[in-house]
Amino acid sequence: MEQYEAWKALLRSGEATGWQEFYVKFYQAFIDGNRWKQYLNGVGTTLMVTALALAIGIALGVLVAMIRTAHDQQRIGHRNPILGLLNGVCQVYVTVIRGTPMMVQLLIMGFVIFSSSRNYTMVGALTLGINSGAYVSEIIRGGLMALDPGQAEAGRSLGLNYIDTMRFIVIPQAFKAILPALGNEFIILLKDTSLITVIGGKELVYAAQAIYGRTYEQMFPLIGIACIYLLLVMIFSWLLGILERRLRQSDRR
Amino acid sequence: MIDVKHLSKSFGDHLVLDDISEHIYPGDKVVIIGPSGSGKSTFLRSLNLLELPSAGTITFDGVEITSPKTDIDKVRRQMGMVFQHFNLFPNMTIQRNITLAPVRTKLMSQAEADEKALQLLRRVGLEEKAGAYPNQLSGGQKQRIAIVRALAMNPKVMLFDEPTSALDPEMVGEVLAVMKELAADGMTMVVVTHEMGFAREVGNRVLFMDQGKIVEQGSPAQVFGNPQNPRLQDFLSKVL
Repeated sequence: MEQYEAWKALLRSGEATGWQEFYVKFYQAFIDGNRWKQYLNGVGTTLMVTALALAIGIALGVLVAMIRTAHDQQRIGHRNPILGLLNGVCQVYVTVIRGTPMMVQLLIMGFVIFSSSRNYTMVGALTLGINSGAYVSEIIRGGLMALDPGQAEAGRSLGLNYIDTMRFIVIPQAFKAILPALGNEFIILLKDTSLITVIGGKELVYAAQAIYGRTYEQMFPLIGIACIYLLLVMIFSWLLGILERRLRQSDRR
Repeated sequence: MIDVKHLSKSFGDHLVLDDISEHIYPGDKVVIIGPSGSGKSTFLRSLNLLELPSAGTITFDGVEITSPKTDIDKVRRQMGMVFQHFNLFPNMTIQRNITLAPVRTKLMSQAEADEKALQLLRRVGLEEKAGAYPNQLSGGQKQRIAIVRALAMNPKVMLFDEPTSALDPEMVGEVLAVMKELAADGMTMVVVTHEMGFAREVGNRVLFMDQGKIVEQGSPAQVFGNPQNPRLQDFLSKVL
């Protein structure tokens, strides 16, 4: 503390050495005024937004994938009109969400649709969830389509109903197959939470911006949050790896 | 037991089954032979409605299963099916592969199903594989397990869709042995196969299908010894 004040004075007068400058800027970026707490709050918000968006994304993704798969599996000449309508809605949803930039979606949600809301973080999480749902639905659809139809046939031929066949046979196998893609989507989502600063969401980037707005020193806060994102992604990749290995148990030969 | 009337099935413009009528009696061992693309697998798969007929009716034990009002899951519980590619569930142990359906359909308690599974596994000589996963087994072992899995539901009839076609030659025998034993126990069986030896030995009736029709049928001695239809003669000259 005392050393920081002393070296800060040196820096102002232009007499500081390289090491002293580094120390002062680092101290300013992370320690002075308990600024590390701001990063910590940012990480908390980032993780919360990721979790919320993931939950919304998976819920929407499963729903859309189920509707579209059920629609595609109908027999020719036995089409259900309600399912056809729902399938149309799902296709529009996927097309619009995948066809427009995430940033634009955030701006529209934040400043047009929810312009009166002050809860920017929640609006951001909702937007990310809706965005993610479109991609997750295609991942799930791919997993369901890739599974050998003989698996479902075997389940049904034993007298299991559609729900049980999906629950015990199709979904567990499809889930294992799509886990790497789903993990990828999760990591992208985690990093994309940084975009919600454009509508005022108070996550990690917001913390860095608030700090360099006061210190006028961008390098340390930005490199700092880059390292935090990297660390988070590495932790989650590691956890996903463990999950994948556990699910691969039945592949032993 | 199974009564098929005027069964037709088409995929788009392609007519796969052409107005088939046939009856399968309790204790029958019906073997269906024919060139590939003749519709024999589609016919077999229609019997438990894995293929939905375009026209005609199928009645099983007095229940018209082609009626939309029939609970097909209930009917399928009484019809075991064995597939060419085994279709064991790779995400479960052998034990669970066998017990899943009886337990979920409330046919048995878990303890009863476990007991039944063990007893059936012992019968096919694979009781030590109960805790293994399907990918750890050979093709012949997988197919024997698939038969056991179907038998665990105590079916009244067993449908076999080319059960030995995906097997290495040296494993065909062990699967056929299980099927022969099953036949000797009096099980009603409908078997699509290319194993003419099996057809001759086990079948009490052989159906020859070609281009979506049952062209000729009779006892194995008749069909193999004295074929009448030129297409059957041609087919037999190629496979025997």
